[in-house]
Amino acid sequence: MSKRINVRDLDVYYSDFLAVEGVSMTIEPRTVTAFIGPSGCGKSTFLRTLNRMHEVIPGARVRGEVLIDGDNLYAPGVDPVLVRRQVGMVFQRANPFPTMSIRDNVLAGVKLNSRRMPKSDQDSLVERSLRGANLWNEVKDRLQLPGSGLSGGQQQRLCIARAIAVSPDVLLMDEPCSALDPISTLAIEDLIEELKQDYTIVIVTHNMQQATRVSDKTAFFNIAGSGKPGRLIEYDDTATIFTKPSVQATEDYVSGRFG
Amino acid sequence: MRPSDRIFRVLSTGSAGLIMVILAGVALFLIIKAGPAIVANWSANPDLAGGTTHGYTSFWSYVGPLVWGTLFSSLIALVLGAPVAIGIALFISHYAPRRLAGVLGYLVDLLAAVPSVVFGLWGIFVIRPFIIPFQDWLNHYLGWIPLFSGQVSQTGSTMLAGGLVLAVMILPIITSISREIFLQTPKLHEEAALALGSTRWEMVKLAVFPYARSGILSATLLGLGRALGETMAIAMIISPALLFSVRILTDTGNSQTIAANAALNFPESNPLQRDALIATGLALFVISFGVNFIARWIISRTGGSRRLRKAGSR
Ligand SMILES: Nc1ncnc2c1ncn2[C@@H]1O[C@H](COP(=O)(O)OP(=O)(O)O)[C@@H](O)[C@H]1O
Ligand SMILES: [Mg+2]
Repeated sequence: MSKRINVRDLDVYYSDFLAVEGVSMTIEPRTVTAFIGPSGCGKSTFLRTLNRMHEVIPGARVRGEVLIDGDNLYAPGVDPVLVRRQVGMVFQRANPFPTMSIRDNVLAGVKLNSRRMPKSDQDSLVERSLRGANLWNEVKDRLQLPGSGLSGGQQQRLCIARAIAVSPDVLLMDEPCSALDPISTLAIEDLIEELKQDYTIVIVTHNMQQATRVSDKTAFFNIAGSGKPGRLIEYDDTATIFTKPSVQATEDYVSGRFG
Repeated sequence: MRPSDRIFRVLSTGSAGLIMVILAGVALFLIIKAGPAIVANWSANPDLAGGTTHGYTSFWSYVGPLVWGTLFSSLIALVLGAPVAIGIALFISHYAPRRLAGVLGYLVDLLAAVPSVVFGLWGIFVIRPFIIPFQDWLNHYLGWIPLFSGQVSQTGSTMLAGGLVLAVMILPIITSISREIFLQTPKLHEEAALALGSTRWEMVKLAVFPYARSGILSATLLGLGRALGETMAIAMIISPALLFSVRILTDTGNSQTIAANAALNFPESNPLQRDALIATGLALFVISFGVNFIARWIISRTGGSRRLRKAGSR
């Protein structure tokens, strides 16, 4: 199931350092939203607040609200563990569990939720998730081999399979292709296009062509200078951002005049 | 190369070489001294007829129970100590707030600096009386298991007490090595687990333990190595005898260890008996050398392959 994300006036701090300031945006279900902007402007930081992964870093905290279909992630009593089961994440560097087989990697998250799953259900879930990640045909004969034996692009798709196996509502991706070759990158982009049918997808990317290829909406973040907080500068349809943005800074950035 | 570098290199290679020479020297000394006692005819030789070596037909029947006592007491220490040590390490690396983690780590290191004799005294005056009720309980309810069987001791002078003290003594080495390895768990895999919606404990099971498995194993083996060498402290706590016993709750079923046996009997022994005691020392040397060697080997092998993997992914 795909859900709407509503961010209201969000500030993110690392201890006393204000890293991201005053972000408000609405992300529609069944869309792909790209975050672009120069390094250090807080894209990853902001992305991680959408499933409370920032809390893993000591001292990181937020002020403001993030609503998923109306429910505030930061309401008192909300368990971040449950939030993360609802909002999955794929990282910049593929991180399959190295000692686990491909099959066990896919099932890792599911086994946390429901320990006792009949083997036949597990088999079909593994197949469904790997097909969902466009990886099934490449690995179906070696499900018992370690995930670390796959190529970088395959590992990243394995991580996507692992993330969708727990049926999240939202999928966050932080530069998922930045460590991959062009062919693997295209494979992942095709996959994102398909996943959009079922999930709300947010992707951070350094690659503007990628943003134009995969996303419906684009958010441009920027910082005024080092030590200043990152801000959301402009958020609009991807076509608009890349052809006639309304802010000069956005235009400078997308036309490659800086950053 | 600058002269100061050259001097330093000579000094450091020199000391490294010296260690090898000392080690080889000790081994040679043990072998040469142990030889006569090992090959002697124990049933016929008048020098071996009395005292500690009385009644044994060969060196092997003499050293057998001692090896058993040494291994058995060390294993008890390991079973009691290793899980706690690993738990503390995990608490320090993944649960405690940073300030508390620092203090705890420091305390554990401090524990390593406490002299053995202090542990021995602590065992006599604190542990022995403390465990008497637990021993009664174990004997009453689990007495059908050989380990807990026999006439339960009312002084606390038991293998369990000795093993407990030994467990505390091996705690620091196991904790500090495991902690280092836990801390090295790649953030990448910890975050992978957390992003799937694991609790912290599930994250530890998914990411930390698989990464640290061989490290934990070698930390435990190094703990075993430490225990083998520290069985002296046990001699202060229990009154053992040369026997093969698995009982840990009795006054009379306590198996003697090599180190304690040698220290106890050395003063009243004749030259050949001293050689026999040295021969038991050789047995201890071989055992603990083997254990330490395996532990180091596991560390270097996994450390090495980890480095290789890193280099490969670059
Ligand atoms: N773990 C952290 N602790 C403290 N500051 C951090 C941490 N991670 C990122 N920052 C700071 O937050 C700001 C935004 O970083 P980040 O979100 O990584 O930017 P981006 O992903 O856009 O490159 C930067 O100034 C960075 O130095
Ligand atoms: Mg980033």
